[in-house]
Amino acid sequence: MSKFKKKSGGESPAINTASLPDIVFMLLFFFMVATVMRDSTLMVVNKLPAADQIQKLDKKDRVMYIYAGKPSSRYEKKYGSSARIQLNDKFATVGEVGAFILAERASKRQELQNVLTTALKVDSDTKMGLVQDIKQELRKVQALKINYTTRVGDYTQNLK
Amino acid sequence: MAKRSAPEVNAGSMADIAFLLLIFFLVTTTIETDSGLNRKLPPIEDQVDPPIIRQKNIFTVLVSKDDQLLVEEELADIQNLRSLAIKFLDNGGGVGEEACDYCQGERDESSSDNPDKAIISLKNDRETSYKVYIAVQNELVAAYNDLRNREFLRLYPNVGLNYVDAQKKYADPRTNLDDSVDLKVKLSVVKKMYPQKLSEAESGSK
Repeated sequence: MSKFKKKSGGESPAINTASLPDIVFMLLFFFMVATVMRDSTLMVVNKLPAADQIQKLDKKDRVMYIYAGKPSSRYEKKYGSSARIQLNDKFATVGEVGAFILAERASKRQELQNVLTTALKVDSDTKMGLVQDIKQELRKVQALKINYTTRVGDYTQNLK
Repeated sequence: MAKRSAPEVNAGSMADIAFLLLIFFLVTTTIETDSGLNRKLPPIEDQVDPPIIRQKNIFTVLVSKDDQLLVEEELADIQNLRSLAIKFLDNGGGVGEEACDYCQGERDESSSDNPDKAIISLKNDRETSYKVYIAVQNELVAAYNDLRNREFLRLYPNVGLNYVDAQKKYADPRTNLDDSVDLKVKLSVVKKMYPQKLSEAESGSK
């Protein structure tokens, strides 16, 4: 009968975890490639509206970003709760938009200066008055190509 | 000649280090949403001689301060906006030189002459909410895209794509050069059949 007896100890062998680092590194590289570092910290609430007839903004170096929305909760005390514009890392007034666009344009390469797009990242609960003011400022500095940045989704989500 | 094997490096903590890095990247980055509705603003200088546009060639859409929709002076539901816009753009009521041979609309004399003349005028109030405005813009762009899709499929059934997909393929850097040159021609033909004449006026009613 000793033929069928296990050698010694009934413990199962330890699972080999040698490939675990490889798996995690793979995940790490995926995230490093697929994501972009945020260049400016958001100071406004920025829940974008949904749309489905959208086009991609592919080239990052040809885009200027303008954020707008209510100040997020940690800035609410200082700046109030009415919608504001954020340029780079600070709040700005409508009058500063033009100067911002000119400065951004000047910082880009010469051949890109005519093909720049302004991406408007506006919170969905903003009133059109502010957006209209921004648009008017953009027209003054001849930044006519704009992109209303949206989420991918059905338009009916906006009506709730 | 006893062969001494080098002691193995303990790699047990490698996973921990990698996890730490992974979590750091997960927290600090965001997958950016970088798509949206592309629009072109009108240049600011006043035209000396504004072209005369006949009333029947203008399709007015007004979003009121209560986010209600007025299409051609009548209260409308946003669900119907796309079909109303298509009906207007595709009407093709013109005769003679202004006729539109590819339009499939009703050829109503009181609506637009041809898609090239048809202009959609979108107005809003300062109190209109942004999300409703975007929903309306989305539907108007959808109307143009629907018509362009239809014509693209009719003219180029061999491509096997509709207008929107063809545009995506054209913008994709992986598409090879021959294909993209070919697509560019086809896209611009269809684009010319239904040019996007969507005007966003400055604030309408105060």
